[in-house]
Amino acid sequence: MTQGPYPTPPPARARNVLGHPVTRLEDLPLVTGRGRYAGDINFPHQLHMRIVRSAHAHGRIVSIDTAGASALPGVAAVWTNADIADLSPIDFRADKSSEALKPFRQPALARGRVRYIGDPVAAVFAEDPYLAEDAAELVQVEIEELPVVLSASDPPGEFEGGRSGEAALLRHSYGDIEAALRAAHTIIELDLATGRHSGVPLETRGAIGRYDAARDILELHGAAKIPHRNRETLCRMLGRSPAALHVHESHVGGGFGIRGEIYPEDVLVLLAALRLRRPVKWVEDRREHLMCANHSRQQRHLARIAVDRDGRILGIEDEIFHDQGAYIRTHGVNVPNRTMCMLTGAYRVPAYRALAHVRLTNKTPAATYRAPGRFESTFVRGRLMDAVADRLGLDRIEVRRRNLIAASEMPYTIAFDEPGVEELELDSGDYAALLDKALAAFGWQDLQQDLKRRRAAGESVGAGIAIFLEESGRGPTDNAKIAVDGSGAVELVTGGASLGQGFETAMAQICAETLGVDYQRVRVIHGQTDLIDHGIGAHAARATVLTGGAVHVTAAMVREKALEFAAELLQATPAELDIAGGVVTRRDRKDGPSISLAEIAKRVAPGSKLLRGRTPQLAAHGWYNTDHTVFPYGVHLATVRIDRDTGQVAVERFMVAYDVGRAVNPLLIEGQLVGGCVQGLGGALTEEFRYDASGEPLAVTFADYLMPTLRETPDVAVLLTEDAPSPHHPLGLKGAGEGGINGVGGAIAGAIDDALGMPGAVTQLPMSPQRVKELLRQVGSPHEA
Amino acid sequence: MNEKIDITLTINGRDYPIRVEARKTLVDAIRDDCGQTGTHIGCEHGICGTCTIILDDDAVRACLMFAVQAHGRKIRTVEGLASGDALHPLQRAFITHHGLQCGFCTPGFLMLAANALEQNPDIEDDELLDILSSNLCRCTGYQNIIKAVRAAAIEMREARAAE
Repeated sequence: MTQGPYPTPPPARARNVLGHPVTRLEDLPLVTGRGRYAGDINFPHQLHMRIVRSAHAHGRIVSIDTAGASALPGVAAVWTNADIADLSPIDFRADKSSEALKPFRQPALARGRVRYIGDPVAAVFAEDPYLAEDAAELVQVEIEELPVVLSASDPPGEFEGGRSGEAALLRHSYGDIEAALRAAHTIIELDLATGRHSGVPLETRGAIGRYDAARDILELHGAAKIPHRNRETLCRMLGRSPAALHVHESHVGGGFGIRGEIYPEDVLVLLAALRLRRPVKWVEDRREHLMCANHSRQQRHLARIAVDRDGRILGIEDEIFHDQGAYIRTHGVNVPNRTMCMLTGAYRVPAYRALAHVRLTNKTPAATYRAPGRFESTFVRGRLMDAVADRLGLDRIEVRRRNLIAASEMPYTIAFDEPGVEELELDSGDYAALLDKALAAFGWQDLQQDLKRRRAAGESVGAGIAIFLEESGRGPTDNAKIAVDGSGAVELVTGGASLGQGFETAMAQICAETLGVDYQRVRVIHGQTDLIDHGIGAHAARATVLTGGAVHVTAAMVREKALEFAAELLQATPAELDIAGGVVTRRDRKDGPSISLAEIAKRVAPGSKLLRGRTPQLAAHGWYNTDHTVFPYGVHLATVRIDRDTGQVAVERFMVAYDVGRAVNPLLIEGQLVGGCVQGLGGALTEEFRYDASGEPLAVTFADYLMPTLRETPDVAVLLTEDAPSPHHPLGLKGAGEGGINGVGGAIAGAIDDALGMPGAVTQLPMSPQRVKELLRQVGSPHEA
Repeated sequence: MNEKIDITLTINGRDYPIRVEARKTLVDAIRDDCGQTGTHIGCEHGICGTCTIILDDDAVRACLMFAVQAHGRKIRTVEGLASGDALHPLQRAFITHHGLQCGFCTPGFLMLAANALEQNPDIEDDELLDILSSNLCRCTGYQNIIKAVRAAAIEMREARAAE
């Protein structure tokens, strides 16, 4: 059941706090060193876990000798797969479940084979983390090596027992692609690749398992992202009821999609806490993180675009080789599906056919990273559009403009032929208007002249563009509980999660606006499964939209209740009253009789005569349901300068133009967009998980995995617009977490082409100095697109 | 290797007599033996700067030292940056300019910037950027960190001039 369409919500200037750039509620403990991250959580008598990991990319386990480790004083236990043989592999989330993919799940400790360097083989539990590391080094693992597969475009290997390493072949299509290809004036084929990189939060993963035998409750601390969904999976795996397993989120040092999924270590600390009857703490080191936490992005695309003589798209066809790594983790095949689903982006594409080979390789398993499937597909789409412009001698912007879905076509539905593939119903947007605003704000026209002049003077400078859609707020439902106490303080309990994005502040603003209180009086709870039964968590830019919807609905219920009782106490009707700053007054006489929410809360306490049979407490538990995903959209513009001697690409300017429908807090949204953009620059230019021919990972420290520092970071300009509030959301909200990163690869690729004067030169990311130098060596010879 | 040594760490003016193995890193001792968990661990190989503290007069990476090497020296961590309830200008500026998101790198940046401004209150912008580029942040894209540090530097200079 869903409501809407909703009327257009008022702008921020007509609001008290919603839409205002207020400072965050989260910050005080974080700037004073009072935060509580996973590593800061300790329980008396705890053990420390250390994982023994495979040093071979693929092999059969011949033997594991744990005797030396077990004999070390202070070691409580050493486990191999034999000790947890009854435990199922790490399961998919319920909504990603698929029988056909189950054989490819990762066991918590390797069973029979190791499949990537870093694969957990044994777990050591000891009194002290240093001792646990000592003991782990004494575990002897004998491996008989097997051939490795390191590229998804190589023929798939054998997973086991004759099962192919091509775990799935996925399709998304609509329209008549054959007819489009036949009718085309021009067909362009490109062979493109996005590199292997990932979120790499500054806090490594951590998990603390604790069993409270007195209450028979198993607790996981250090959880993030999707505590409630993880509880479901953990209950299934460990055979416990939800009431007997609780998941607790504390401060989280960055998520970006990769943290908060269930990994082997999360299950191991829980099982160990149960069996060893002591709390068990595990904190990952950085090397482990880079080898073991989800990688992402690595795909090869053989893409074709068919256009008419004016550059109008007739059809797009794409064959994708998705490098899944060694196992399929909790998301199933979400990333290749999102890639195919979002590949056509903001363009009118009459016919489309995509095929994705999901192939296992002997590398770290891959899954979602901020804007999963969109960073990749926006790069591919952008390369195709630039190639069309080049081939037909058209302006890059003009080709894009001709193909944009028009505002008058909204809502615009893209329905796929395949049964079960969800259709996209683009809810609102004026893509051309945002493009125009972005170009004007960036000074695109003048810039072209300026770049031409600089190129003539010998500089290698150029500009690039990406236009993209985002998706956010996918349903189906979330809930919130709000209670006002006798002091006027508001407690808001959500099933959301905070990864550092400012969730508490955003939820407090929504609650404060609807209820009529100061946002600083709102205490926001998140990520605690023992305080609320259901929660959507924080992923896929859902939190603000979906949980925000639930907070709005619930705050409206509390408001209605407050006004009902205030009306009785002030001898008025609820419609004559308003709430501001936590005080109810008459709308027509703000200085007239009034009553505070604190006072109302006291007057409706349990047992109060005023209640006359009505439910006590100034509180409510509300739900927000939706069948709709909402689609924000953006434009990225970049200029780069290339050092021809070193091959280094310096980003001179970057603009993120983004329509967010309605902003809850522009300060936080700009923070999301700029931060995402800089992460994207890493993936476009420097960050890459490379492997040698034996499957040895080459990026296992921050000296090899190169994230942008302040010196590599341009001033990122943000143009935040609110032209297209979602008609499917009561507050018009759309998500903002992924709009900063989505188009970075695409825009940077175009800018490098332009700077080198070699249209179509960039076919892969990241464009490391080595790859740029390689292109520079080709400058002498004319380039064939 | 496992023999423990008696040392005293002086953190934010308070002495912590502790017994540690010689191999224990300073950051582990600060966090686990002295309970000052505001100093975080990001890489343990001296690149991210998350564990930056001020040792005597220098900003250093506490993951690259052994605890025993800090015996008898003055350590300052993020917990000692504010004076009672009065936040340091850098702390206030990070809040005002949204210079943090997840907050994990924040203590390291605060100590790095505090030391830079103490060493040279009139530091040139370019040198400040050089110093700040020695730490990693994965959330903010650095833009608001720079804004915050610049704003705090100006505020601190003005406060000094008014004295």
